[in-house]
Amino acid sequence: MSSTVDAVPPSRAASPPPTTPPRQRPSYRLGRWDITYSPYLYIAPFFVLFGIFGLFPLLYTAYVSLFDYELLSGTKEFAGLENYRVLMADAQFWNAAYNTVGIFILSTVPQLIVALLLANLLNRQMRARTLLRMGILIPNITSVAAVGIIFALIFADRYGLINWLLGTVGVDPVAWRDNRYASWFAVAFMVDWRWTGYNALIYLGAMQAIPKDLYESASLDGASAWRQFWAITVPLIRPTILFTVIISTIGGFQIFTEPLMYGFGLVRGGADHQFQTLAMYIYERTFTGNAEYGYGSAMSWLLFMMIIIFALINFVLIRRSVKGDEK
Amino acid sequence: MSVIRRRLRTVAVAALAAGVALVSTACSKSDNDGSTGEGGQVKLVLQTFQNFGYDQAIKDFEAAHPDITVEHQKMGELRDFQPKLVQWLAAGSGAGDVVGLEEGVLLGYVQNHDKFTNLLDLGAGELKANFPEWKWNNALTPDGKKLIGLGTDVGGLAMCYRKDLFAQAGLPTDREEVAKRISTWPDYIALGRQFKASGKVKAAWLDSATSLMQPYVMQNSETFFFDKDNKFIGDTNPIIKQTWDLGLQMAADGLTAKAQRWSADWDAAFKNSAFATLPCPAWMTEGVIAQRSGPANAGKWDIARIPGGGGNWGGSYLAIPAQTKHPKEAYLLAKYLTSKEGHLAAFKEAGAMPSDIAGLEDPAFKDKTSDYFSSAPTGQIFGESVKNMKPVFLGAKHQQVWETIFEPQMQAAERGQLSSDAAWKKAVDEARKATS
Repeated sequence: MSSTVDAVPPSRAASPPPTTPPRQRPSYRLGRWDITYSPYLYIAPFFVLFGIFGLFPLLYTAYVSLFDYELLSGTKEFAGLENYRVLMADAQFWNAAYNTVGIFILSTVPQLIVALLLANLLNRQMRARTLLRMGILIPNITSVAAVGIIFALIFADRYGLINWLLGTVGVDPVAWRDNRYASWFAVAFMVDWRWTGYNALIYLGAMQAIPKDLYESASLDGASAWRQFWAITVPLIRPTILFTVIISTIGGFQIFTEPLMYGFGLVRGGADHQFQTLAMYIYERTFTGNAEYGYGSAMSWLLFMMIIIFALINFVLIRRSVKGDEK
Repeated sequence: MSVIRRRLRTVAVAALAAGVALVSTACSKSDNDGSTGEGGQVKLVLQTFQNFGYDQAIKDFEAAHPDITVEHQKMGELRDFQPKLVQWLAAGSGAGDVVGLEEGVLLGYVQNHDKFTNLLDLGAGELKANFPEWKWNNALTPDGKKLIGLGTDVGGLAMCYRKDLFAQAGLPTDREEVAKRISTWPDYIALGRQFKASGKVKAAWLDSATSLMQPYVMQNSETFFFDKDNKFIGDTNPIIKQTWDLGLQMAADGLTAKAQRWSADWDAAFKNSAFATLPCPAWMTEGVIAQRSGPANAGKWDIARIPGGGGNWGGSYLAIPAQTKHPKEAYLLAKYLTSKEGHLAAFKEAGAMPSDIAGLEDPAFKDKTSDYFSSAPTGQIFGESVKNMKPVFLGAKHQQVWETIFEPQMQAAERGQLSSDAAWKKAVDEARKATS
């Protein structure tokens, strides 16, 4: 540091007065830089990491999707949009898309409604409140694979718990895997078991930020608890609901482990692919058999687009419906 | 004082810098010339999945070859290792000097073999007589000019049966007697009918119609789903449809438990004694049947020869990727590990059944019996089945076509989800699509 200051003077030797101003100037400049640029520096790690692990793979996948690229045989030829053209006519892909959307709707709708009601209950004065609030998060911190194995047992066709219970009340056993909708239900059940508590906690956090005097004045006006819930709570936590809907959409469309474990580890998703999801089909084509990376990349991009579109649709739907007659 | 300290610091920095430089040159040196260090020391990387049982064998190999060190990378489950290996082979780096290939994986690489070294060029031709013909042929390209793998373990096939259930139904229980009564598949099915007709047992005869498929076809046909040009012939190979019909007829007659293999119901079916027989490869005895049936059923199982005499299910190979810098040393390692000594060490350590003929004859393997299975002479029974098996051409996508297409469709038909004809048509259509 001092050596650079020493080196400067010769050129400036003519201007005699103080030695202090030139000394201050660099640090002053540093200070300005600090104010202007530091914030960027502080948030840079996220963007650098996102660039490396998010953006780059995204773009590279788009690039690879334009190739006929098979790892096993080693072919790599530019194919333009051929992969996408094949994809449009791939019945198994659309079957997987149908399953994914079906399981998504079957899991997310009840999940968010139950989470909302659960959060409303937990928002009241009650005993062992913290314990209960923490308790609903427990399913979320258990390993997905473990959840998958246990539920595959519970929903087993012949020796499963549920079919046994149904048998005790004289109901015929359900073909939990052969029947498409039964398998969707079971997978959705697994997802809900894991994620309802998580969403409830997020709603609870939002509810606690609602000023209490709103409820007090509503009570004075004679509004019932139910009315208060729909007219005050739900509209005021709307941003949070939007957030959970979008997060659930992103997660729901990428569902993989639950149906995989449910099918005893086979990516096929049932004899007739009745519960094979998009992520499973992408895995099947990309990482087994011929390792068709080009085709897999094209499917991944299409899935990415579908997630964006569905997230936007949900965003608009929820914003409309939750607004109600407020404002 | 401060001067000394400063000087010390300078010295330390200089020393550190020199050290870093040394280390980095050392590293780059070993990187550049492929880890051939001073004195011709060669480092080999061996990559395997699950448990090949090679810890002791590698130590013995290193003792015999002081100039070679082996780094054994255990890569976990096959499904984790396989996608990585595909990537490393495509990228041209990352794969070990010797890699373990499961049979189904190997078959795929026989068709796309340019990423692997031809072991015949390294002198493997002399080892041919050490292995059963079918085990050797599986790793050979159809023109017979390139060999990409040497056999490690095999899964000799036998018939596991429930002695206690046989007794209840009034059938013989002695394993020799049983083997005689089920020496062919028609005999086996006839005995199943007798078992059921006794009316004294609730259990089914066989776990699933699909269990019949692999052993039956392999004994009765020289090809399976593919001809030697790797063209799909699953729809025209008469033996396949014949086996399909035979299995589903058994299901229709109530002889099968209709349990989907590897499912939770199948697991539970063992505990619930839901079936009396099961074609079982060697690795399935202790690892699958004993585990799932539990200690309560110890001594109730026994093992007899498989109908038709021979069969195999599973097993692996060692191959040398073309990207290795030490093909000669890698071959020495692969050769040792697939020699009699290597096979027996792996058998001792991990229970892997040898594919080496001398190893199968060795008392260490041959005299092996199983306590859980009523002291059945497993070494002898399984050893014979492997030696008696005829070579069958499987083809690159055999495993995919069987496990992900035909087996699930046959199961669907067995459970009555689809008619046999509809399931067959679906399987054939799907297989054609997957192999076109």
